[in-house]
Amino acid sequence: MPDFTRPKALIDIPTHYCPGCTHGIIHRLVAEVIDEMGIEGDTIGVCPVGCSVLEYFYFGCDMMQASHGRSPAVATGIKRAHPDKFVFTYQGDGDLAAIGTGETVHAAARGENITIIFVNNTTYGMTGGQMAPTTLPGQITQTTPYGRNIKTEGYPIRICEMLSQLDGVAYAERTSVHDPKSVLATKKAIRKGFEVQKNKQGFSIIEILSTCPTNWGMSPMKAIERLKSDMLPYYPLGIYKEAGI
Amino acid sequence: MEKVLMKGNEALAEAAIRAGCKCFFGYPITPQNEIGAYLAKRMPKTGGVFLQAESEIGAINMVYGCAGSGVRCMTSSSSPGISLKTEGISYIAGADLPCVIVNVQRGGPGLGSIQPSQADYWQSTRAIGHGDIRVPVLAPSSVQEMVDMTKKAFSIAEEYLTPVMILADGVLGQMMEPVSFDNFEESDARVSEPPWAASGHGFSRPHNIINSLYLEPIELENVIKERFERYEKIKEKETGAVYEKDAEIVVVAYGSTARVVRSAVDMARENGINAGGFRPLTLFPFPEKQLRDACKNARKVLVVEMSMGQMVDDVKLALECKLPVEFFGRTGGFVPNPEEIFNKITEIKEGL
Amino acid sequence: MNNIKKAINILIAGFGGQGILFTGKLLAEMGLIEGKEVTWMPSYGPAMRGGTCNCSVCVSDTPIGSPVVLKPDLLIVMNTPSYDKFISDIKPGGMALVDSSLVNSETKVPDGVVRFDIPAAKLAVENELQGMANIIMLGKLLKETKSSTLEVAEKALKKIITQSKEHLIALNMKAIRIGYNY
Repeated sequence: MPDFTRPKALIDIPTHYCPGCTHGIIHRLVAEVIDEMGIEGDTIGVCPVGCSVLEYFYFGCDMMQASHGRSPAVATGIKRAHPDKFVFTYQGDGDLAAIGTGETVHAAARGENITIIFVNNTTYGMTGGQMAPTTLPGQITQTTPYGRNIKTEGYPIRICEMLSQLDGVAYAERTSVHDPKSVLATKKAIRKGFEVQKNKQGFSIIEILSTCPTNWGMSPMKAIERLKSDMLPYYPLGIYKEAGI
Repeated sequence: MEKVLMKGNEALAEAAIRAGCKCFFGYPITPQNEIGAYLAKRMPKTGGVFLQAESEIGAINMVYGCAGSGVRCMTSSSSPGISLKTEGISYIAGADLPCVIVNVQRGGPGLGSIQPSQADYWQSTRAIGHGDIRVPVLAPSSVQEMVDMTKKAFSIAEEYLTPVMILADGVLGQMMEPVSFDNFEESDARVSEPPWAASGHGFSRPHNIINSLYLEPIELENVIKERFERYEKIKEKETGAVYEKDAEIVVVAYGSTARVVRSAVDMARENGINAGGFRPLTLFPFPEKQLRDACKNARKVLVVEMSMGQMVDDVKLALECKLPVEFFGRTGGFVPNPEEIFNKITEIKEGL
Repeated sequence: MNNIKKAINILIAGFGGQGILFTGKLLAEMGLIEGKEVTWMPSYGPAMRGGTCNCSVCVSDTPIGSPVVLKPDLLIVMNTPSYDKFISDIKPGGMALVDSSLVNSETKVPDGVVRFDIPAAKLAVENELQGMANIIMLGKLLKETKSSTLEVAEKALKKIITQSKEHLIALNMKAIRIGYNY
């Protein structure tokens, strides 16, 4: 069994994430895939606005920080200028599915050859836990203090299901990081996303169900339990689109 | 090389290619559509990229990504579309990235009109995005200047690491004039990638970060102060104006309005009035010294614009309010005609 | 167009599809070949009125101010609404060139303005030159103003007609001659 060491594509500094936050796991998985493919020198990452806004300090590849929701457009600009480089975005649910819906849908529709790591934790973490487009019905947040009421706040958006309808999407999978098995499956999915990009097959997105113990007001373990009991039924895991290689 | 007859929009697009612009991202809006149409045709044949974005917001952020990866790029739009781009322009300025943004102005506010206008002067020179920023603004007045200033815009953008705006209007975009591209050389295409670009470090240098976020106030303050020092250099070296000296009545106008003023000033001179034209080539920086020089013997200044008088403040500031400044303008999509400006000059002369 | 005066402002007006913009471009190109300053401005600007299509062309020995022609020295007009709209805008000493097979108006030309009539649309049909009434008008213009020559017109046509449509040059020249000899 190999040593459990820091991936080279992650810089050796402490992150700012809350205890129990799953961003750390997901960062690590992305970095491991970059290492294994040997592509750090050819990769440009795009940071969102949200909790992972500072990830340019953590990833060792070249990084660009985008305005809120615009990462897929920024990634498009990079990729069109450098079609042979790897370009990924790393976005939260508010960034990708609310303010950046237009950029997301159109990058997908164009079959933009980029990989999106979409971290869905059903809330706006950085701003203090407001309702997100993926907040579950009945979920209490800062801006839905009585629980999300579908009559007034409408329904959550299932991004993988929605994007899988677009011809430009080569690969869309929803995974989770609530246990070792799902963590390994997530890594496999991220790898697949980057391989799809390498093969110039088009748009790839990996939606990763994630926790926010701080804003959910739960211990990390409780938060994992909630992910399993509440999120998995609403956001079924699986591959929603896979173009033939 | 012989001159060719071209529309301003198309000439600008051709100039961008000759200036080494590799990628163009835009969204349709009248009256600048010929820029996108021309580049859609020509870019693929010159090894460049044309991409029609999902919105002006998408387009400006594609420019951000492309510029951040070290590739020369441009976007164009017209007034309402520029409003949408302002968020992205602020990020581009905040990350010190070079690019060119073209505004072929139409009437506003709101959906306004598709006719020519100069009502985005304030937006361009004062509020082109949130935060402590200025953006150099070039003001062409002919199709030839649409070409020459496009080249100039890229060179200012890259020398001072800033977005640069070309502020044209519907007349300049739509009209045809003979134009020459003699001014361009092969070397106008950038050969090497800038050292700050995020384009993959290839394990040969530390990773580059393109960013406008500084959580420590002292860091952000220092970055902004350095940027404002660059603005001072731009003021010193890039400010431009064309003018006549020793006029009694100085008529200030930019862009296509300056052409009409030219005719009106000529009429005034033929009628024995000592009027002179003053045409800023740059709106930021505003040619303050040049205006003071032009106004040495002036008794009154007249500003003419296709707006309600947005440049008047800059003229008064440049003159430190030492001379009376009058305004004549048409707005809503009207181009003033020489006679009405001539009448205004005559009226001013009679009141002296 | 130096035989008339050192600057000439032309307004060409009619319906969309009559080749108004093309006529303007041809005149501008002819001016350019003769070494003049020229501008061409389509009916995009404030001159766009009432569904008609029009186009301003300025030809001058000196740099041109406004490219928008509000008071033309020469009006080339190919429909009644445009005739009624612009006929009184012509400068004293100016000229109106009217397609008499299309314009049917009671409005008189202002004093001091010369009017030339030519049934260009009708001539185009008779000579199997459909859609080239505008070019027939241009031939008439060359004859009445002596402002340029058939040779310059042919040169200009060669510059603005793309190679894939080269056969149109001869047809255009035929149209110009019909107008010139009318």
